[in-house]
Amino acid sequence: MSSPRFFAAIVRRDLLLAWQQRGDLLVGVVFFVLVACLFPLAIGPEPKLLARIGPGVLWVAVILANLLALPRLFNNDWQDGSLEQLLLSPAPASVMVAGKLTAHWLTTGIPLTLVAPLLGIQYGLESDTLLMLMGSLLLGTPTLSALGSIGAALTLGVRQGEMLLALLVLPLYAPVLIFGSGAVAAVAGGLSGMAELSLLAAILCGTLFLAPWLAAMAVRLAIE
Amino acid sequence: MKPSHNGPRWLNLFSFASPMQFYPLAGRLIPLFMVAALLFCAVGLWLGFAIAPSDAQQGEGYRIIFLHVPTSWMAMFIYIVMAFWSVMHLVLRTRLSAMMAQALAPTGALMAFLSLLTGALWGKPMWGTWWVWDARLTSMLLLFFLYLGFIALTRSIDEPDRSDKAGSVLAIVGVFNVPVIYFSVKWWNTLHQGASISMENGSSMASTMLIAMLLMSLAAWMYSIATCLSRVRTLILQRESRTRWVKERIAQEEK
Repeated sequence: MSSPRFFAAIVRRDLLLAWQQRGDLLVGVVFFVLVACLFPLAIGPEPKLLARIGPGVLWVAVILANLLALPRLFNNDWQDGSLEQLLLSPAPASVMVAGKLTAHWLTTGIPLTLVAPLLGIQYGLESDTLLMLMGSLLLGTPTLSALGSIGAALTLGVRQGEMLLALLVLPLYAPVLIFGSGAVAAVAGGLSGMAELSLLAAILCGTLFLAPWLAAMAVRLAIE
Repeated sequence: MKPSHNGPRWLNLFSFASPMQFYPLAGRLIPLFMVAALLFCAVGLWLGFAIAPSDAQQGEGYRIIFLHVPTSWMAMFIYIVMAFWSVMHLVLRTRLSAMMAQALAPTGALMAFLSLLTGALWGKPMWGTWWVWDARLTSMLLLFFLYLGFIALTRSIDEPDRSDKAGSVLAIVGVFNVPVIYFSVKWWNTLHQGASISMENGSSMASTMLIAMLLMSLAAWMYSIATCLSRVRTLILQRESRTRWVKERIAQEEK
């Protein structure tokens, strides 16, 4: 099977598997909504304050929801042995990882991006700010999935893997968080925010280039 | 398992990539580096605390710079060295390289921690606060977390081979991220907080201050090498505990 067809087959397979466990997908979105709803309760419902912290809070909540979904990326396949079978295929392992993280992004990043504007309205964000929020999430969430895939692969089957995953991945997420929430805050402050968006895109290109290869190396380690 | 000797032994550097060859060499080098560290430290501290003039703006409080700057430099430099050994491990598949990376990590974490701590102690009297979300402070904090992640990952995997390779992959990912983190935090600050407190007061530094600081940096360097080598020796003994040369060596030392 050629690499593009293998890639497409992996994406299709993972999407089907995700669809069979729709409840799991919903958990991430519900978690995102819950975290975002806790902030107004904790610091008070003053509209001006909420509009100011909104972009940052929503971005942090997206990152936490993404972190929650990361173990699912390889864990199920690793436990039932299908990851080993996938590695045995003649196509490069990085293509397999790229397919899996594309499916992971489609099932976590996209729903979060679609739900975010609703919460943005609750935080009183303007419409152009909401648009930038969606744009920054659209560019930022694939980076989160790609960087996270390296962490998920490294902690596969490790003692206290999920705690460790947070420690490994959250510092790496910092730049995405800063530029993502920065782009939204810039628009809210009357600037264009395109500079931050370009930097997000640059980070995305860099990670997409390196992450599948490094994650594939890490996955092979877990299998051996 | 004898390495091939083509020419004089000291020329054949690659023979030291074998843990068996490296163990005694490291043992001989540790005292040298430790003595050098103590010497540099003694002279540096004397120059820094007794001879150097007090600062025009900051009085005596600035003297913590002699600990703060060397530890900050080492914290950043050690991560790069760690990534270098990790690349060596993944490319040349030498076990010793991965051990070097793992031996460096605790020293790097210590340096990052000391840099944060001395920075906080310095910041309180000078800026009136323990902590500012300044670019340098925040990126150093994240670097500290990167070290902790590396240590936690390598320690929680029991198979040495997997632990080595996993650590190497993580160190390489981290070294790409360190500049990204640094610049992102820098731009984040300059874009949204206006001018924050600048730490660039080194330009008008007296030459004795500079020399003292460089001596302290050399001391930190020597100390890091010495601790790293001694940690590598422990790692070698752990990993090779089943081999004959380790058993013979331990039997010899027990006599």
